[in-house]
Amino acid sequence: MSVARAAPPAPHPALAIEGVTCSFASAHEKGAVYTAVRDVHFTVGTGEFVSIVGPTGSGKSTILNVIAGLLAPSAGRAVVFGEDLHGINPHAGYMFQADALMPWKSALDNVAAGLEFRGVPRAEARERARPWLARVGLDRFGERFPHQLSGGMRKRVALAQTLIVDPKIILMDEPFSALDVQTRQLMENELLDLWSADRKSVVFITHDLEEAIALSDRVLVLSAGPGARLIGEYRIDIDRPRDVADIRMTPRFLDLHREIWSQLRDEVLKGYAQTKLQ
Amino acid sequence: MAATPRPKRLPGRPVILLLQSFVLVGFFLLWHVLTATNIMSPFFFGTPLAVLERTWKDFASGVIWYHLYITLLETLLAFAIGTVAGIVFGFWFARAPLVSAVFDPYIKAVNALPRVVLAPIFMLWLGLGIWSKVALGVTLVFFIVFFNVYQGVKEVSPVVLANARMLGASSRDLLRHVYLPSALAWVFSSLHTAVGFAMVGAVVGEYLGSAAGLGYRIHQAEGVFDTVGVFSGMLVLTIFVIVIDAVVTVIEKRLLHWRPQEAHTTGAQG
Ligand SMILES: Nc1ncnc2c1ncn2[C@@H]1O[C@H](COP(=O)(O)OP(=O)(O)OP(=O)(O)O)[C@@H](O)[C@H]1O
Ligand SMILES: [Mg+2]
Repeated sequence: MSVARAAPPAPHPALAIEGVTCSFASAHEKGAVYTAVRDVHFTVGTGEFVSIVGPTGSGKSTILNVIAGLLAPSAGRAVVFGEDLHGINPHAGYMFQADALMPWKSALDNVAAGLEFRGVPRAEARERARPWLARVGLDRFGERFPHQLSGGMRKRVALAQTLIVDPKIILMDEPFSALDVQTRQLMENELLDLWSADRKSVVFITHDLEEAIALSDRVLVLSAGPGARLIGEYRIDIDRPRDVADIRMTPRFLDLHREIWSQLRDEVLKGYAQTKLQ
Repeated sequence: MAATPRPKRLPGRPVILLLQSFVLVGFFLLWHVLTATNIMSPFFFGTPLAVLERTWKDFASGVIWYHLYITLLETLLAFAIGTVAGIVFGFWFARAPLVSAVFDPYIKAVNALPRVVLAPIFMLWLGLGIWSKVALGVTLVFFIVFFNVYQGVKEVSPVVLANARMLGASSRDLLRHVYLPSALAWVFSSLHTAVGFAMVGAVVGEYLGSAAGLGYRIHQAEGVFDTVGVFSGMLVLTIFVIVIDAVVTVIEKRLLHWRPQEAHTTGAQG
């Protein structure tokens, strides 16, 4: 290495979550606080696909809201490409767990919305939205309104809506849980294709451990709440490109599944008991 | 069939229309019989044939058209002004919590006031022409629209809002693409009520003092104990209301087509 050349600056990870704690005012007792997640640390590299699995109510959506900049953590910070996050994360696209389409816009207009917000004229935005609708298999449904689409179709519109603006970090909160197994595998493969074409960073939340392993470079395990922490981190060393349906049979997949599930199972049981108590 | 099973199946629309016309015909028949047999005095209750005849003559000779036009004009003006003001103030209050907190009791107080008591004041200020009636209608329409817009802006789904923000919407985009459509949905859902109140304002205003309009006609007839004239005026008013209401329904259907209706499959009955 030449001494004359200055050392390149350390490349920042796309995303670093540092000591994030989120407390909410408790709904049950006045003045009491409920700490959903406590002291969570993790990073996501540029082009890395990271999944978070954890029991229901543990705080997965909460973490994603922090990354999106929609929720300011009670303690800790989110760092995006080396910069502290304040307000909305401009690099992130977010596919919400709940229905988030604008009900007064047609499917096509919903997909085109992000471009319109970026100043693209409406007609052009609609033209550019068409191929995206086709990609999620809804080219014939562009003029339908969200209430005229099935739950799974709405999710697919939301996927196109999120991806069309080409975010560097994609946040997905159980995007495929409303889909049937076949469509789901199609969409998962489609997502992997899109992702490998130009490597974006993905934070993917799911209840489904198999889905997490099939898609990810790394799987993070969140403990049951209150005060959920990250308790496990698994590198998924399965070759890419992958076919989500095929790799489920491979020995390495099954090993990883067994290993992660042994840790996750206890948390799921705890989490379920917690939710029942609440 | 509806998506949710209905407790009882209604007969088709033609059957309902038929039943509705039976009620109408029955009512006129009863009225006719009671007045013809003098159980009810024709002097106090008129007779349906005289009322229909008078109404027909008013339309045929054309005298009624001018009055209809005046009432319609007042109604539309009251509706338009009240709606625009309601939308502007509704938005403002919903987006400025301090303003809404401070003015809340006053808004409620003014809204609780029976608007009829304002009619003489408006006449004092604005004269006997159409504007005093428009003003009365505006005070009625404004509050309906105001409360609905306020609600519409407040009730925007936080997820839809968050999604739009993540997609890069500026606050102007949010206003145009999220708040306004949501508020308008609420405004249109109260369209029937708002138009109805605009008309109440117009007619009551005319009744209390004016030189033209349907309310004025009824007042005139009452002044000379012309019961047939009063009932004829009411009949014209009723037809006027039904026509306006039908127009509103058409507009509503065209503007709110994105909203989930009770689901129907094609070819289904009912
Ligand atoms: N705005 C809020 N106010 C109060 N409590 C909240 C709020 N948001 C989340 N919580 C609580 O924080 C905990 C975590 O919620 P979160 O939505 O992050 O769970 P999750 O892991 O996404 O669950 P699921 O898998 O069911 O979607 C829950 O116990 C929830 O009740
Ligand atoms: Mg969640």
